[in-house]
Amino acid sequence: MTATVTSPAGPTTTVRGRGSRQLAGTWPLLKLALRRDRVVIPLWVGVVALMVVSMPGSLKSVYSTAAERTELAHQMLTNSSLRAMYGPVFGDSLGALAAWRIGAYAGVFAGIMSLVVVVRHTRDEEESGRQEMVSAGMVGRRAPLTAALLAALVANAALALLITAGLAGQGSSGALALGLGTAGVGMVFATMAAIAAQLTESARLAKGLTGGLLGAAFVLRAAGDSSVSDGSSVLTWLSPVGWLENLRAFADERWWVLLLFAAAVTLQAATAYELAGRRDVGMSFLPTRPGPAAGRLGTAGALAWRLQRGSVLGWSLGFFAAGAAFGGVTKGATDLVGDNERTREIIERMGGQSGITDAFLATMVGMLGMVAALYVVQSVLRLHAEETSQRAEPVLAGAVSRLRWAAGHLLIAFGGAVLIMLLGGLGLTAGYGRSPGTILGACLVQLPAIWTIGALAVLLYGVSPQVAPAAWAVAGSALLLGWIGPALDLPDPVLDLSPFGHLPKLPGGEMTWTPVVLLTAIAAALTAAGLTALRRRDLTTG
Amino acid sequence: MTKAISVSGLHKSFGGTHALDGLDLDVETGEVHGFLGPNGAGKSTTIRVLLGLLRADSGTARLLGRDPWADAVELHRRVAYVPGDVTLWRNLSGGEVIDLYGRLRGGLDEARRADLIERFELDPTKKGRTYSKGNRQKVALVAAFASDVDLLILDEPTSGLDPLMEEIFQRCVEEERDRGRTILLSSHILSEVEELCDRVSIIRKGVTVETGSLADLRHLTRTSVTAELAGPPDGLAALPGVHHLDIQGARVRLQVESDQLNAVLRSLTESGVRSLTSTPPTLEELFLRHYQEDVHAEAVSR
Repeated sequence: MTATVTSPAGPTTTVRGRGSRQLAGTWPLLKLALRRDRVVIPLWVGVVALMVVSMPGSLKSVYSTAAERTELAHQMLTNSSLRAMYGPVFGDSLGALAAWRIGAYAGVFAGIMSLVVVVRHTRDEEESGRQEMVSAGMVGRRAPLTAALLAALVANAALALLITAGLAGQGSSGALALGLGTAGVGMVFATMAAIAAQLTESARLAKGLTGGLLGAAFVLRAAGDSSVSDGSSVLTWLSPVGWLENLRAFADERWWVLLLFAAAVTLQAATAYELAGRRDVGMSFLPTRPGPAAGRLGTAGALAWRLQRGSVLGWSLGFFAAGAAFGGVTKGATDLVGDNERTREIIERMGGQSGITDAFLATMVGMLGMVAALYVVQSVLRLHAEETSQRAEPVLAGAVSRLRWAAGHLLIAFGGAVLIMLLGGLGLTAGYGRSPGTILGACLVQLPAIWTIGALAVLLYGVSPQVAPAAWAVAGSALLLGWIGPALDLPDPVLDLSPFGHLPKLPGGEMTWTPVVLLTAIAAALTAAGLTALRRRDLTTG
Repeated sequence: MTKAISVSGLHKSFGGTHALDGLDLDVETGEVHGFLGPNGAGKSTTIRVLLGLLRADSGTARLLGRDPWADAVELHRRVAYVPGDVTLWRNLSGGEVIDLYGRLRGGLDEARRADLIERFELDPTKKGRTYSKGNRQKVALVAAFASDVDLLILDEPTSGLDPLMEEIFQRCVEEERDRGRTILLSSHILSEVEELCDRVSIIRKGVTVETGSLADLRHLTRTSVTAELAGPPDGLAALPGVHHLDIQGARVRLQVESDQLNAVLRSLTESGVRSLTSTPPTLEELFLRHYQEDVHAEAVSR
């Protein structure tokens, strides 16, 4: 009897063809993402593009002759504090000045848009449990991530296209460079958010982490640019926002810098893909530890603090760090080129050298204030998130009045604003090394405006949870008006729409109590109105 | 004695849809009251009005003798609520949430909490997101049963529970009733309702269509009768209340409205009965009749 010999063929590989199946369903998912974002993405892209494209015209209306523009460029290049804010000037053409004035901010806004889009279509979907249902269909393991990144790519490509087309009049290669660079920053943070979305289980944390890195990138660039005037600092090169400036749009473009964007995007996307393929749906790489079997939380206020304390801590650290970085670069505000008599004259007429430092500090304090408005909106809208996720329902079915429940979150929102502004002020003082009282006072003067925006969020939420997210638009508009408005030469009535526009410019300016008191009263009235509306309306039901 | 829940002529609309259209509901103190109706009939809306989460457009609602909207906070000390879909905070453990819910009511019986956690086999150290649906449901149930309250409002509380846990849930409800507590139980699990409820209310399209004890309601429905006769039956078709009559030789199958049963039996015995099976109406049939009317009415209106 002969024994049959088993065939020596080894285990056949089943890996073949996996690659394409991992992406199955990407196209319908992309269409779904773009459909869900059909308002948000065009709005972001439109506003940022408009901001950039309108810049040459605005500059021209303020600095109408070539001589004036040359002087502006010279002045801005020699002042290290202004370099920290906007970056160095690489040319005195309208295009180059526009790229200098708006480039870093356009990059930051593109970054925020991209990280929000990516997290919204990845971790948000998993956290809410919706992904489970989608992934049960003919959807590859990496398709949701691909669709989210493609959605971000579509948004950034549209932005690049609009900027290139809109600025082509100033020189098409410069316009292309600025457009691609802005989109490049966007995609770097899109892919960074993709990694964060794999690492954390919470969409909020993923957005917070990426947002923190975006802030750090801006601060790195600012610190680097304050020390050298040609963007060659290592710190600037470490920051994607710095790459955009080093692309030198409208000033003899350095196209090879685009390779940096491409490399970072590729590397980060590859990392995110690797992670996405290795984990379970809904799970993360940062493990969830077991919690206590019994809890000490006993009131709605304690619950609110428990839910928000991580965010308050993150914002506090961020504000202190940003304050310290900006305080550090403030020292250079008086570095003026000695032989520029005319500039010196202008500055001295404005109030001497201390005047320029004060003006710079006031700008920094104002920036912190406008960013703090984002904190307060986020914190107030925790109420909205709790209600729409049905988590508020069992709490309010307990012996907790709506007022008490809301008060817990609002205390953290409005009180937290005081805390982070104080910490930002302490950071500024630590970095600048002088006049703590004045700086802290200036920081506190921002609060009425911050509270007013927070109170508007309370009112919107109180009236209807559907319109509550519009509070983001309010805070965003205040930020845009404050950062970009003056350079766009907008008429005063428009600038006055922002509560920040009414505050005294401190330090340096004169303290006026009327707007501070009025804004505080307005904030109190809006909050009261919002709470009254909340008490009267129906709770959102599932 | 005041009624635990007393609702009459309740109206509530969301935009153009009338969720509640003159609903009535009475729950006696100390009873387990079943609250039934097809999806979208307005059960959860009613419960949310009773909890003061929604404000009724018109009609009166009384919870433990007080106004559920105006006296919400004081009332909630004496009320425990379990929603049909429990959402937890992802970074809080189940134990923390149980204690939080308990403290937000009148307080928690520690011994009972420990006992319930053991019976429901719940791991209280796990964090919100890692619980399955059934386990999230258990978190809310443990918090409710361990709370020191007079009234429990349970909105499809057993969705996601396995049969063993369902059994434990039923024991817990019985214990609560024995302790004199009132329970409003909204449910689709009819065996659960039949087992537990003293009285039921059935609602459809925001209106109460039936209310009463199960025995009362059975009278409203049909009994199935199968009989083997000595000869062919006579005159059955002419009797009032007979439906689905099926005669095959000496074999008869029919359904009869419960209050007409007497006449049918008399007619059958006249033909000589060899064997007889009579199935009492089930709650399912009662329920299906209302559901189907619903479907039928919708089909007609289209």
